[in-house]
Amino acid sequence: MGNINWGITEEQQEIVDLIDDFGKERIVPVRAELDEKGIFPADILKELAQMDLMGLYIPEEYGGFGADHMGFTLAIETMSKYCIGVSVSFAANALGADPILIGGSDEQKKKFLSPLASGEKWAAFGLTEANAGSDAGGIQTTAVKKGDKYVLNGTKQWITNGGEADIYTVFAVTNKAKGSRGVSCFIVEKDTPGFSFGKKEDKLGIRASCTRELVFEDCEVPAENMIGREGMGFLLAMKTFDVSRPGIAAQGVGLAQGALDEAVKYAKVRKQFGKPIIANQGLLWMLAEMSTKVETARAITYAACRSLDAGVKNISKVSAMCKYYAGDVAMSVTTDAVQVFGGYGFMKEYPVEKMMRDAKILQIYEGTNQIQRDIVGNSLVKEYASV
Amino acid sequence: MNIVVCIKQVPDSDKVTIDRETNRLNRAGVPSIINPFDENALEMALQLKDKHGGKVTVISMGPPQAEQALRTALSHGADEAILVSDRKFGGADTWATSYTISLAIKKLEDVDLILFGKQAIDGDTAQVGPGVAHFLDIPMLTYAQGVEVTGETFKVNKVTEDGYEIWDIDKPAALTVVKEANELRMPSLKKKMAAKKAEIPCWGYDELNPIDENIGLSGSPTKVSKIFAPPVKLNKEILSGEPSDMIAELIKKLKEQHVL
Ligand SMILES: Cc1cc2nc3c(=O)[nH]c(=O)nc-3n(C[C@H](O)[C@H](O)[C@H](O)COP(=O)(O)OP(=O)(O)OC[C@H]3O[C@@H](n4cnc5c(N)ncnc54)[C@H](O)[C@@H]3O)c2cc1C
Ligand SMILES: Cc1cc2nc3c(=O)[nH]c(=O)nc-3n(C[C@H](O)[C@H](O)[C@H](O)COP(=O)(O)OP(=O)(O)OC[C@H]3O[C@@H](n4cnc5c(N)ncnc54)[C@H](O)[C@@H]3O)c2cc1C
Repeated sequence: MGNINWGITEEQQEIVDLIDDFGKERIVPVRAELDEKGIFPADILKELAQMDLMGLYIPEEYGGFGADHMGFTLAIETMSKYCIGVSVSFAANALGADPILIGGSDEQKKKFLSPLASGEKWAAFGLTEANAGSDAGGIQTTAVKKGDKYVLNGTKQWITNGGEADIYTVFAVTNKAKGSRGVSCFIVEKDTPGFSFGKKEDKLGIRASCTRELVFEDCEVPAENMIGREGMGFLLAMKTFDVSRPGIAAQGVGLAQGALDEAVKYAKVRKQFGKPIIANQGLLWMLAEMSTKVETARAITYAACRSLDAGVKNISKVSAMCKYYAGDVAMSVTTDAVQVFGGYGFMKEYPVEKMMRDAKILQIYEGTNQIQRDIVGNSLVKEYASV
Repeated sequence: MNIVVCIKQVPDSDKVTIDRETNRLNRAGVPSIINPFDENALEMALQLKDKHGGKVTVISMGPPQAEQALRTALSHGADEAILVSDRKFGGADTWATSYTISLAIKKLEDVDLILFGKQAIDGDTAQVGPGVAHFLDIPMLTYAQGVEVTGETFKVNKVTEDGYEIWDIDKPAALTVVKEANELRMPSLKKKMAAKKAEIPCWGYDELNPIDENIGLSGSPTKVSKIFAPPVKLNKEILSGEPSDMIAELIKKLKEQHVL
């Protein structure tokens, strides 16, 4: 955007252009209805599959496009300009697949990633429970070994794509005495006996996305569906977040960009006191601040992606930084966009009130923005330990 | 099944402006697109291929930059593309264009169906589709909105002014396709990347071996004597008052003009 050279490659630009056209043609015309009625964007995901985009992040050897983190993040950012209810339904597939990508065996990757790459199947990530949100190590769902199976019992809450997805990565306690080191991760398929879906949430924002309970009642999962070894689950979840948080940041950048685009266009045409409202310095400076916030959020997000692509080892700090920074920017920029629109911004006929409602989730899911500050702070303590 | 789709590159009419002094189109800097109706023809071909297998070949006759339209068609799912281009073909009218395109199609083997858009949005003649069918001596239907394969024939749903007609037409056949038929699918990323690098053969004078009198400006019977924007004489009248009174007044006036 603007005149900044972000060093986007030709291939990445193709991804951006393709999704930008898609957003304008396929998302904008339906987003208000999806939001109002809480309709899951199944048709949109199916079309994204035809466009090879559902497998964007999956390596070519498993049938995906093999884009790098930067390319995938740009895809999420671009889609998020138009609707983050749609973009989270898209991106949660990667969140669900990440534990397999990070810790799965070659067989697991072949079996489960290929249908995700083609878009024939969808994925979800099941960690949170009623009594374990920020404190994810405190989950209570159990998995008990029985022969060549594990028997799962418990309930996951607020799982994005719950009920819609076919492949779930689910975290459960295999050894209670070991605390968070006693958590393991399992791949659970939709039609497994004992696995059902509970309450579907009615939400403030991202209403097109589906947020639902996963219920496990003596659900037997083949032992070969465990990712890695027993006790590796919590670490796997944290590694997943390191990779996925820049994607949430990208939602923030895209959403804020979308709101800024709307605000500037409106401010140029809305006249009060005989001139366009953008001619008032008070309003112009507001837009300037919004734009600067978007670009700085973009910069830290891209920095995190580039670090991931370069294979930088300890990525948690910059991942957490971009997640909370871009999420906070999205909240503030969308709120300001409503302000620029005045009373019209408050009305459902204009797109910015939805953007403001949607933005709030970015400060909550994939670890609240308080927890992200904790991660950044704790990294500092470690970094300065020897000083 | 082998399907040929003929596409034309046209200026994006949404972005064209008119030079107020000369009344000509300002073509410079206007982005080019695939003629919108040709998109419907392409989608019809792709849907037939999805169902019955086969190959979709897109052909465009035009200047070298028409290659861009062909690459776009490849990104949407066409299998092969051929550019028909030669300086000697320049200035062709619909007759010479139809002749030249028919030569290109004759070079392809076992073509079952040839699709065109209803008309091109720049010239609006709707003549090239029927023209090509004439030179190939094959049956043709215009304004198709649907097609099914039934053995050796196609069952075609053709839009008419007051409804539709169902026709059976022998293979090989040519159709022109209306907008109502479908909506062109989005490009796929892999195909888009491949389309950028695709080798698109260019067939010119040497490849097509035309009769000289039939091509280019000299082979075109149509002569344009003048281009002008017809003067628009409108008697404008703006009604005022209460909406209900204005509507009554409007209806009265429309009746006077025999519009209602
Ligand atoms: C729409 C939606 C979709 C979701 N999708 C998924 C999904 O797909 N998969 C999944 O596993 N989960 C999902 N979640 C769950 C989400 O990750 C959790 O909501 C989130 O981690 C916060 O947990 P909580 O809601 O229980 O809040 P709590 O942990 O109860 O936190 C409440 C407040 O206390 C603060 N707080 C808590 N602990 C601390 C601390 N130590 N220091 C400072 N402040 C603290 C928090 O920041 C927050 O402000 C989703 C949630 C929502 C709302
Ligand atoms: C739910 C709701 C209920 C309402 N109820 C009533 C009611 O009961 N009675 C009634 O009369 N009205 C009512 N209103 C109207 C309300 O008072 C106006 O919306 C408000 O005054 C703002 O006007 P506007 O929406 O036209 O915004 P605009 O005037 O178009 O302002 C758009 C933006 O430009 C900024 N701006 C405008 N001029 C300047 C300037 N000179 N310098 C700096 N910035 C500027 C504004 O601060 C705002 O950010 C209601 C509005 C809403 C949304």
